[in-house]
Amino acid sequence: MDLVIILQVIICGLLIGFVLSLIAVGLTLVWGVMDILNFAHGEFLMVAMFSSLLLFTTTGIDPLFSLPITVGLLFLIGLLTFRFVIRPVLGYPGLVALLITFGLSIFIRNVVLFFLGPDFRVINQSILAGKRIILWNLHLSLPQVVTSLGCVLITYLIYLFISKSKFGRALRATALDKDTALLMGINTNRVFALTFALAAACVGAAGGLLVNFWYVFPEVGVTFVILSFVIVAMGGFGNIGGAFLAGILVGLVLNVGGFLVGAEFKYALVFILYLIVIALRPKGLFGW
Amino acid sequence: MKTDRHHIIIFSWLLVFLVIAPLLIRDTQFQHLLIMLMLFATLSQAWNLIGGYAGQVSFGHAAFFGIGAYAAMAPLNHWGLTPWAGMLIGGLVAIALAVIIGFPVFQLKGHYFAISTFAIAEILRELFLSWEWVDGAFGLDAPVLDPGFYNLMFYKTKLPYHYIVLVFFVVMMFLVYRIERSRMGYYFRAIKQSLDAAEALGVNTTKYKLYAMMVSAFFTAICGSVYAQYSLHIEPEMVLSLHISIKIVLVTVLGGAGTLWGPFLGSVILIPLQEYSRIWLGGTGKGIDLIILGALIVVICAFEPGGIVGLFKRFSLRKGKD
Repeated sequence: MDLVIILQVIICGLLIGFVLSLIAVGLTLVWGVMDILNFAHGEFLMVAMFSSLLLFTTTGIDPLFSLPITVGLLFLIGLLTFRFVIRPVLGYPGLVALLITFGLSIFIRNVVLFFLGPDFRVINQSILAGKRIILWNLHLSLPQVVTSLGCVLITYLIYLFISKSKFGRALRATALDKDTALLMGINTNRVFALTFALAAACVGAAGGLLVNFWYVFPEVGVTFVILSFVIVAMGGFGNIGGAFLAGILVGLVLNVGGFLVGAEFKYALVFILYLIVIALRPKGLFGW
Repeated sequence: MKTDRHHIIIFSWLLVFLVIAPLLIRDTQFQHLLIMLMLFATLSQAWNLIGGYAGQVSFGHAAFFGIGAYAAMAPLNHWGLTPWAGMLIGGLVAIALAVIIGFPVFQLKGHYFAISTFAIAEILRELFLSWEWVDGAFGLDAPVLDPGFYNLMFYKTKLPYHYIVLVFFVVMMFLVYRIERSRMGYYFRAIKQSLDAAEALGVNTTKYKLYAMMVSAFFTAICGSVYAQYSLHIEPEMVLSLHISIKIVLVTVLGGAGTLWGPFLGSVILIPLQEYSRIWLGGTGKGIDLIILGALIVVICAFEPGGIVGLFKRFSLRKGKD
């Protein structure tokens, strides 16, 4: 019996870890290419969740099918954010970019609060809602499983895209050395813009999937963005594989640690894990 | 660059204004504004030392602020100890924490350092949230004691708070002014420019980063104590939250990090904006004040990424050409 509970906790941790990974991958991409920590990343997640939710309540499209719309919307938001918020501060110390995105996050959060109110909402009539998978003695909720697997799949696709495609090569070249990339004929400004939009699309996918089983409210992004900062640092800034593994690790610590030590300390445990990792490897798990 | 004499003249006028203003303008909202303005100017100046001059960006100054706040309030609640002693204890504990985290954390660079300081503040917040001696998430209310200097509590007037904060503000400004011109100030800037180059020139970087952090932590904790005694109620979500850490950074960077006047200018812009938009628009509970604040931060950063100080410098350059 005990074994079942432990297994259950571990699997739930893994499932949430995959979602965290995808969110962190978006953040780490932007960092890797333009040395910017995007504070509004969590608000992008929130907007994506609200987009799915509103599409469901107004037109009845299931979150699973509205996923492309949400991802597209976030891609657009990413492009616009880059053009009007990020580009003016490129070339200035990273701190300025951090603060401008912090201002943006306050702005977006409160605009949503103003128009949609602070209530917690949830979609409980989607296709997946309420269904479960029972494996041996383990009860897994289907929305959670689908969300996590979707997130892993998208993370993998992004990894493929960046390691195999022509744009991915341009992106990695820009991340390594902007000036040289520019000299080689890469339009770095375009790479910046598309990377930022791609990161927003990542979080759009995560949000569109997460809405299947998570509450939606204007502050929802705050916890996620804080966790993804820690994940990104733990995996090594700009390192996609690192962010993926660190995300899983954090998900496990949240659930297993929270179960063993007490839920009120679960975030503290994540931060302690971060400090331990960073004491042993000062540039993250996969940094060099 | 302005000359030293300019700094002193401007500061003297500012000082005259800050001494007289609360006596002339009896509006309590305005007095509150001035107190918060000076408090955040002091806090940000403390942060500026480590984050601006030495270039080690900390997102965890709420840890020191919270330690100061609780060090004043908890002993006062439990033993009736004067907050002045609590303030000193808080300052010393903050220095101790700076030393303890200093050695492991200062080996880290850039954002790894920033996230580490933030992690430490968050761990502290969660511990305080569940710590019964300080009433966990409920927070501490100041006991009702005789108002006066000894208990650092005044109910009817804000003036004593004003002058206490003013003293700390002046001390902080003077200290940074001196450090900026000292050997240590040059070491700090060398560390910011290039850690490796500074090491190669024989600067003991770990030692000087630690000095910057210790001074910064001490004054941040003192501001925390004063804030606790001023608001008479503290709770972890208020004094130990990321919100405080970010606000300190925000004020400094908005004004101009690594400059003497940056923190003050930043709080002159940001604090009235925040306080008045909260007073005028915050009552709706719909966050209009924060929408405006967020938009203004974006606009200021987009048009003046070097901080308000950059604006002044450009202005004085243009004047010089004419």
